[in-house]
Amino acid sequence: MTENTPSLYEQLGGEAAVNAAVDIFYRKVLADYRINRFFNNTDMERQAAKQKAFLTMAFGGPNNYTGTDMRTAHAHLVEKFGLDDSHFDAVMEHLTATLKELNAPQNLIDQVAAIAESTRDDVLNR
Amino acid sequence: MSTTTITFEDRPVACQTGESVLDALLREHIDIPHGCKQGACQSCMMKSLDGAPPPEAQNGLKDVLRHQNHFLACLCYPQRDMRVGRHTSQQFNRATVIGKQPLNSETLLLTLHCHGVMDFHAGQFVHLKRADGLSRSYSIANSRRHAHRLSFHIRRLPGGRFSEWAHGELNVGDDIEVSDPQGLCYYLPDDKERNMLLIGTGSGLAPLAGIIEEALHQGHSSEIHLYHGSREVDGLYWVDEMRELAQRHAHFHYTPCISRGNAPQGIAQGRANDVALAAIPQLKDWRLYLCGHPDMVNQSKRQAFMQGARLQDIHSDAFHVASSTQE
Repeated sequence: MTENTPSLYEQLGGEAAVNAAVDIFYRKVLADYRINRFFNNTDMERQAAKQKAFLTMAFGGPNNYTGTDMRTAHAHLVEKFGLDDSHFDAVMEHLTATLKELNAPQNLIDQVAAIAESTRDDVLNR
Repeated sequence: MSTTTITFEDRPVACQTGESVLDALLREHIDIPHGCKQGACQSCMMKSLDGAPPPEAQNGLKDVLRHQNHFLACLCYPQRDMRVGRHTSQQFNRATVIGKQPLNSETLLLTLHCHGVMDFHAGQFVHLKRADGLSRSYSIANSRRHAHRLSFHIRRLPGGRFSEWAHGELNVGDDIEVSDPQGLCYYLPDDKERNMLLIGTGSGLAPLAGIIEEALHQGHSSEIHLYHGSREVDGLYWVDEMRELAQRHAHFHYTPCISRGNAPQGIAQGRANDVALAAIPQLKDWRLYLCGHPDMVNQSKRQAFMQGARLQDIHSDAFHVASSTQE
């Protein structure tokens, strides 16, 4: 990439775009009976902060993403609550639907989806 | 290289150019809770003790936190010397009981005169501390127009050591200790044109009544809807006072609710949060205040969010019963 090309994060609108996306995304996740039991933590602020960190990463923004953290954070959900590909797919659906709702162009949505997809094996502890 | 000085608990720490307050404190082995170091997890929140912190260090914080000069140490690159503290530190002040009056069979209106001026906001809470150290949290029920006066609604809990004592033994003229005001569930006058929905159960009416008094005093121009719930009619209080307030202010609406038995005329049937959230299905741009039973607060928060409210516009105070009540 040359210096003049704006990053994916910049093209999407940076932190303001993440802030706009968090509420829409979190609402979709909580409304989805297939996956909302994984999000039944009562501390909604803390959960929204985690979602923001995830979206920032998926949007190509500054992040401290490590596969190990992602594994540790989801291990008990895989072991005790049967977190699997179908749930990951549902989250991917909501992620792309959120971006569509915010009128992001398809080529950027594809890039975000690719970054999020790259976490699948870590999230599912494979 | 230019540096600034960060003073934390009377200890000066040099902060280099390009270094965050968090990194400077950690370098000096000062134990500050932290996580992501990028402003997302908010675990390194601190408080500036000498004026506003840099605005970018308050990114993502609730308006009330910004208003209280809280900031994220990982995002804070100081332009000047700063005095900072943990965001949870607190002190106690002396106060004298000047009024005791029953609100209903189980709730007492306790009024204190504080010896110093209290800088508080209606809806915040304090810890009340007895001479032997036993302490409990109670919400302030009056607005900040009364700089020395604080009132509280104290519900008698069976076996509750503090509430039994406050009802039975604490007398007018006695002294008690009061902590600095805490909490984020309060009215800010910067959004007078936004609608407000307040839902409370039991003595959750205390902070809400204070918030409403403050909002009306500040000239809040949009709709203010209060839903106060209890199991039975006996558990409600200030029904006449709130009705009278609604008569005087056309944009203030009051709905008392009971969840058990048949509701008499003028009182809604059902849980206060169910009644309120069914009556107002679209909460986009509304400000919410939720006080009382923890289950009610958590359910309503989620439901209000699903109905369009932004998470940062939902202010809540869950009344947890002290675990040592039965001891």
